[in-house]
Amino acid sequence: MLATARPLRIDAAEYARMVAHCYDGFPLEACGLLAGPSGSADVHRVYLTRNAAESSRVYTVDPRDHLRADRDAEAAGLEILGVFHSHTHTDPYPSPTDVAQAPDPSWHYVLVSLRDEAPTTRSYRIIDGKIAEEPVVLVRR
Amino acid sequence: MPVEVRLPTVLRQYAGGQSTVKANGDTVRAVFDDLVVQFPQMAGQVVTEEGVLHKFVNVYVNDDDIRFLDKLDTKLSGDETISILPAVAGG
Repeated sequence: MLATARPLRIDAAEYARMVAHCYDGFPLEACGLLAGPSGSADVHRVYLTRNAAESSRVYTVDPRDHLRADRDAEAAGLEILGVFHSHTHTDPYPSPTDVAQAPDPSWHYVLVSLRDEAPTTRSYRIIDGKIAEEPVVLVRR
Repeated sequence: MPVEVRLPTVLRQYAGGQSTVKANGDTVRAVFDDLVVQFPQMAGQVVTEEGVLHKFVNVYVNDDDIRFLDKLDTKLSGDETISILPAVAGG
């Protein structure tokens, strides 16, 4: 991890909604989108989306949910900054599929592992196939 | 009448940083052809060289995913908004 990595700051209440959505989706993988001010690393809002793949191993953010989230974020003066999804039985680390399909080098890729008794959340940037972890900070507003 | 095309962040760099552009065409394919004429760097980003929609992209006419309409041949009357978003998936 780069020592200079800027932390991803997530509103605490939105973080709780994100993790709850992951448990709600169990045993399937759950997913959603992260929104905040353009170009920032501040997640003000989390959009809970359906996993169109309905799988415990892979996820696809439901395209219509994505469109709705994108519009809602834009109307609120925010932008989609990244995506989260759960790993139900493995580490919170991007899988080869996650890396291969990462669509946007400016995005933050958040993983919530449900493998252990307590959830584990990590965030990464994925640029040209290279994975760099960034710290996650919860913010109370 | 030109339609409005909303671009995802990854494609804005090819359109001078704009998030929304105007383009002409009576089908989605024609609009994307016009987009490439206006912004040559957009070539191959949405439609592949084989002329099909790129796998990692979702395209909507208003609220509808064009995969459930007539794909790139979906007809337009001119007052639609076309949105392009990355297909977000992983393992």
